[in-house]
Amino acid sequence: MDNVQPKPLPDVELPPLKQVGKPLRRVDALGKAVGATAYAADFTMPNMLHAKVLRSDRPHARIVRLDVSKARALPGVVCVLTGEDVKGAKLNTDMPGQTGRAARAGSDAPVLALDVVRYVGEPMALVAAETLETAEQALGLIEIEYEDLPAVFDPEEAMAPGAPILFAPDNVVSRYKIRKGDLESGMAEADLVVENTFRMPFVEHAYLEPDGGVAWVDEQGVINIRVCTQVVEHFRSVARALGVPQNRVRIRGTMVGGGFGSKEDVTVEIFLAFLTRETGRPVKLVYTREEAFAATSKRHPFTVTHRTGVKRDGRITASQVEMVADSGAYPYLTPYVLLYATGMATGPYRIDNVHVDSVAAATNQTYTSAFRGFGGPQAALGYEQQMDEIAKALDMDPLEVRRVNYMGTGDTTCTGQAITSAAWSEECATRALHVLGERSSGSPTVRIGRGLASYFQSYGRITWFHDTSRAWVGVEQDGTVVLRCGVPDIGAGQSNSICQIAAEILGVPLERVTIYATDSAVTPLAGTSTATRQLYMSGNAVSMAAGEIRKNLVGFASGELGVAPDRIDLGDGRALVVDEPSRSIELDDLAKRCAAVGIELSHLAQFNAPFTDGIDPETGQGDIWPDFTFGAVAVEVAVDVETGEIDLRKCAACHDVGRSINPAAVEGQIAGGTHQGLGYALMEDFVLDRGLIATPSFAEYLIPTSVDFPTTDVIILESGTGVGPFGAKGIGEPALTPAAPAVANAVADALGVRISELPLTPERVLRAVDRARAEGPLE
Amino acid sequence: MEARTVRLLVNGRTHEVALDPNVTLLQVLRDLGHTDVKSGCEKGDCGACAVLLDGKAVNSCLVLAWQAEGAEILTNAGLGTISDPHPIQEAFADAGAIQCGFCTPGMIVATKALLDRNPNPAEAEIREALSGNLCRCTGYGQIVEAVRLSAERLRDLGSSPASSLAGIRSASEDGREADPEDRLLVEGDETEAGEEA
Repeated sequence: MDNVQPKPLPDVELPPLKQVGKPLRRVDALGKAVGATAYAADFTMPNMLHAKVLRSDRPHARIVRLDVSKARALPGVVCVLTGEDVKGAKLNTDMPGQTGRAARAGSDAPVLALDVVRYVGEPMALVAAETLETAEQALGLIEIEYEDLPAVFDPEEAMAPGAPILFAPDNVVSRYKIRKGDLESGMAEADLVVENTFRMPFVEHAYLEPDGGVAWVDEQGVINIRVCTQVVEHFRSVARALGVPQNRVRIRGTMVGGGFGSKEDVTVEIFLAFLTRETGRPVKLVYTREEAFAATSKRHPFTVTHRTGVKRDGRITASQVEMVADSGAYPYLTPYVLLYATGMATGPYRIDNVHVDSVAAATNQTYTSAFRGFGGPQAALGYEQQMDEIAKALDMDPLEVRRVNYMGTGDTTCTGQAITSAAWSEECATRALHVLGERSSGSPTVRIGRGLASYFQSYGRITWFHDTSRAWVGVEQDGTVVLRCGVPDIGAGQSNSICQIAAEILGVPLERVTIYATDSAVTPLAGTSTATRQLYMSGNAVSMAAGEIRKNLVGFASGELGVAPDRIDLGDGRALVVDEPSRSIELDDLAKRCAAVGIELSHLAQFNAPFTDGIDPETGQGDIWPDFTFGAVAVEVAVDVETGEIDLRKCAACHDVGRSINPAAVEGQIAGGTHQGLGYALMEDFVLDRGLIATPSFAEYLIPTSVDFPTTDVIILESGTGVGPFGAKGIGEPALTPAAPAVANAVADALGVRISELPLTPERVLRAVDRARAEGPLE
Repeated sequence: MEARTVRLLVNGRTHEVALDPNVTLLQVLRDLGHTDVKSGCEKGDCGACAVLLDGKAVNSCLVLAWQAEGAEILTNAGLGTISDPHPIQEAFADAGAIQCGFCTPGMIVATKALLDRNPNPAEAEIREALSGNLCRCTGYGQIVEAVRLSAERLRDLGSSPASSLAGIRSASEDGREADPEDRLLVEGDETEAGEEA
């Protein structure tokens, strides 16, 4: 782990590009810099009402009485709605977005609780009033009588006989099993079997922009909802819950002030829709920070147990993994998060004999759903901590034990899916370690440790979701380019990347491209900004659309310039003869000439991901995702054995992103994702104490600040083998996955014993120090 | 206490507005249309609502609007525009320091306050100056780089703190000099704020 030299890269020849691959200023950057970008809470409407939501303060209770009469009577209150008023309407909470697949996992949640509340924060009533103050006052006038019910706060207990049932019949929300090869013979072949259990907490997304929006009914009677969302296709779920046709709900997304998966679920839009329909007036609803914490999903707590058979040389002969996840009170996307964790449970390693058994159960806690990585980080915290424990048991170098087992192209995952792109695990791991340089010197009280984590992570949605994206590209008569695409921009540069792709293909500078995005009615539906899918899906759709226009432009220019089309290129805003660049036509001139003869300069394209059937329910064998990203994080920590404090000294991240569309944006994704992972390892813990939220705001729930961690050294590799445009892979979610296990491994290296539960707080470190002293590793 | 009419000088423009004593500067700024001032937590934890009050960065959610009367209030949008951005705004855009952008106005305001008093800050000083501004997207590295780039460009422009673009743009209309001791602008200083109210 010290003095590691980078493994030489295979020869890769990437075609030279003009716009793609440059760290250009993002198209959205300047508007955000000068404060001109309007976010959801910045909009107002004439005659607008202000809304508030009444939420449960009990983890599990029967609603004996919910009396809203005093609130209704308060002057200035225009509307109060309860579960009775919305007739028990349900929200479909799974399978969001643009998908051809009709089957759902059946995860529904009441829009407003009807008879029972199942977690603290569950919505019970809505108020719309002339002012925000009146709406707040009205909430206080609602009288509630509860009858507390037995509650359960642990998924294992939830599955035990006699537990209160939240999800019939047995609280099991989802269950998977993987059977690959022959586990018993694999274990029998092993020289050693290593077994460990690892635990992870609830984590809050902590996006800076609290959820919010404004809704109104337009002159056609269509319900318009302006909202910060990762999924404009939620117009479908909203329409279903309202009982109106799907073309009567329009979602106009805004620039999103961070989502990280939380804004993948329906948030304020469903409440706004009911209130604006009921009142006929525009309604605004913006969550407070505390409400954003209480009302939206969390990352799933997992308990992961690994039992691994290994040979003396480090080779893994068998792997048995058990996972238990907490779904919270409602399923939301739990079935899919669990599938992700299950399908990636054994990591980027070639293992012939595998059993994975995973289960998620309902508890009386905040519901859990999508969070950057979608189960992948929890899986990696299992397999990567286990790899270090295997290395320790075999007295091997942690890099070496990984090197023996890394999967390569053509090897299969635990579900039998073959890796079809580059799998540069060792290339990434050696570079991340190399960048750490000389090991810092410690002292008897300050112990230095180093940790490595490799990973692989899917990008693109589950292939039996039959995912699609659409984009429209047009060239105006002055040679400027317009892009229309339903992509929600959640800050990762989703809009910019596809603009840069269009600029590349049409041979114009990026400044000439304008994008209109994230409107379910007027921009072609592009699917969700989730699953690290937009560059892959919408990038390919834009490539197709721009490619069609390019064909027309090149064909026409070929006639005008009198040379064969294969001698024409587009670049610098003109069409030119490649070997005689002085012969050219400016794009504006070309566009006018095309228009004069009716040549089409706009195109709508649809990109379809590979469509597959589901995995075998008995063996879990089959393809699940379009492709995978590989990489590694290496860190160095200094652990103070007297205070328990962990000082992160160095952090390096190396990922193969296939092709970097905008290196500055890719660096931002990697550095930012890594940082979230460091917070996961070292400080973040959404604490629920018997269902009550003990960390209700940023004062109690700590996320990394500018002084907590050093800047991550980012190393970007480009294999050119991804299924995205120009060979790009996805990096948004993968960036987070390896950071937390790298830190956990570094701390275990420093102390000689492992803390098996995150986060690695000073209290846990001090307990580990005691254990290390008792067991020998520390004097 | 009754509402009273308060004169607020925001980005060089005077607003006269009747306000209850418990209205925060954040609320009134947003109600007046200064929506570049972001509301992230309303209790001083995140820094998204930072503005300059007589050149000093404060969380506007912790300042009562009454307390800001007579002060020169400068928000991020008062520093520059799309067609004429401030060098700090431009540096943030160029350095890849902006992802979702929600923390950006507060970050830029904190940067302006830092560079006005220290035109050549070390990395540790930059990190310290931004430690009250949360960012969940970037990991801060590119923001630190943006501040460094801002400092470099401002130095190249020969811009001294007193004559920086923002100072000129936001010059108080009535030319009234504010006494910094006059008001209670320290972040988190709720005791004094309470007394004032």
